[in-house]
Amino acid sequence: MSETLIVLVKVVLSVVWLLSLTLFLTWVERKESAVIQDRIGANRASIFGVRVFGLFQPFADAIKMMFKEDFDPSFVRRFLHALAPFLSFFCVAVTIAAVPFGPAVRLWGRVVDLRVADLEAGIPFILAMLSLGVYGILVGGWASNNRFSLLGGMRGAAQLISYEVALGLSLVGLVLVYPSLRMSSIVAFQGGLIFGALPRWGILLQPLGFFVFFVAALAETKRVPFDLPEGESEIIGFYAEYSGLKWGLFMMTDFLEVIIVSCLAVTLYFGGWQVPWLGPEGFRFPWGGGWALPRVAVVMLQVFGFNLKVLLFCGFQVLLRWTYPRFRYDQLMDLGWKVLVPLGFLNILGTALWVGLK
Amino acid sequence: MMKSVGYLGEIARGALITSRHFFVNMARHTLALVGLRTRRPGAVTIQYPEQRKTIAPRHRSLHRLVRREDGRPRCVACMLCATVCPSECISIEAGEDPDPEIQRVPSRYTIDLARCCFCGFCVEACPEDAIRMDSGILESAERSRGELVYEKEDLLG
Repeated sequence: MSETLIVLVKVVLSVVWLLSLTLFLTWVERKESAVIQDRIGANRASIFGVRVFGLFQPFADAIKMMFKEDFDPSFVRRFLHALAPFLSFFCVAVTIAAVPFGPAVRLWGRVVDLRVADLEAGIPFILAMLSLGVYGILVGGWASNNRFSLLGGMRGAAQLISYEVALGLSLVGLVLVYPSLRMSSIVAFQGGLIFGALPRWGILLQPLGFFVFFVAALAETKRVPFDLPEGESEIIGFYAEYSGLKWGLFMMTDFLEVIIVSCLAVTLYFGGWQVPWLGPEGFRFPWGGGWALPRVAVVMLQVFGFNLKVLLFCGFQVLLRWTYPRFRYDQLMDLGWKVLVPLGFLNILGTALWVGLK
Repeated sequence: MMKSVGYLGEIARGALITSRHFFVNMARHTLALVGLRTRRPGAVTIQYPEQRKTIAPRHRSLHRLVRREDGRPRCVACMLCATVCPSECISIEAGEDPDPEIQRVPSRYTIDLARCCFCGFCVEACPEDAIRMDSGILESAERSRGELVYEKEDLLG
């Protein structure tokens, strides 16, 4: 009974974490793009005259979206049309279950892992759920019964499936290096040191793999350099027939994917919740010396480290989104099949040779 | 494949430019927040209703009917402005003035701002320098078209 309760609390907490970070990310996106372009950005949303850099803007946006008319055109397939945003939202949001937020902690005499589910097949689970996200796009495009939406959905499906291949190939290298597919053991493994000095993070073991993973993951988020499924500025995307809160769900899915991709990049390549040289008893530096810390402080530092890394990655993705113009469709396919997939194979080959010879 | 690899350098350069803007502007914003002035502000934005750009001296804003020293309008209702107006938005009703120096005054002088194109020809045409476009008022919004017809009393700044 209490086990179920703990899992429920963890599910609720992780979803709350995810959704509040999504709201925050909409603000970060607006502000960061503004600062990049020498503007100020949304700063006028206020509660009783208190502005705090426009941090209330996400709430204003959410209220606006809720009160907008949720218009169903007469020609849509009503059930599928309503299902599609939930499909794509769910498939992305559920991947947070596999992401570890921190180490195991002892609460009221029982050991609680700071993650929802410690899956035996952590990496395949995440890949599977991200692949299922294609259905949201396809169903949305199909159910809209609009040929431009359908074309957008087809474009999206082709793009996501192409980059899925590169994503999977880049992770094969990781599987060769890490002892297990379990996310918790992957993070635990990254707590070690290489050459006795550097933290054993995935980025140092698999730099090429990280590059392929990150580009493919950016394509999975369907944001600007790869926003062909949506193409809001000129080509019409798969959610042209959506409005109100259903459109908002698609929009939120985009931001969710940014967070999930950041979580994955951090967990798989940047040590997860591991802070460099921070062990369970405190810091122990490779150049000698150390700094003993109580267990509570260590756990808080590690959870904070995870959040900081995720935020930095989110900021980096926003930066990329406001830097690059969109790929042409043939360039997109070239990059996917002729660059990333060969690089992924090369990475597997090199890693296999290295692991085999060692 | 090599063609795609060739633009990697340019991609990195683009990200460097945007991140440079980001970090430099963030540093300027932070310095401004703690009260230090930087040579240039972090953003070029003008926070409009509170902050305003200074209007250039030649800028054509809402019309102003210039007064004589005793406070009456300088206008002598010669109709030149109404004649020259390309959008025919000025209408004047002339009245008599007991002063033999003046003789004619506008008893009514209206400008339909819904029609006015702010060309400034009325200012050019006026022989008495009685109408100018230097009031500095840029926002003349009303709730109906009828209210956009400004009377002499509205225009006498």
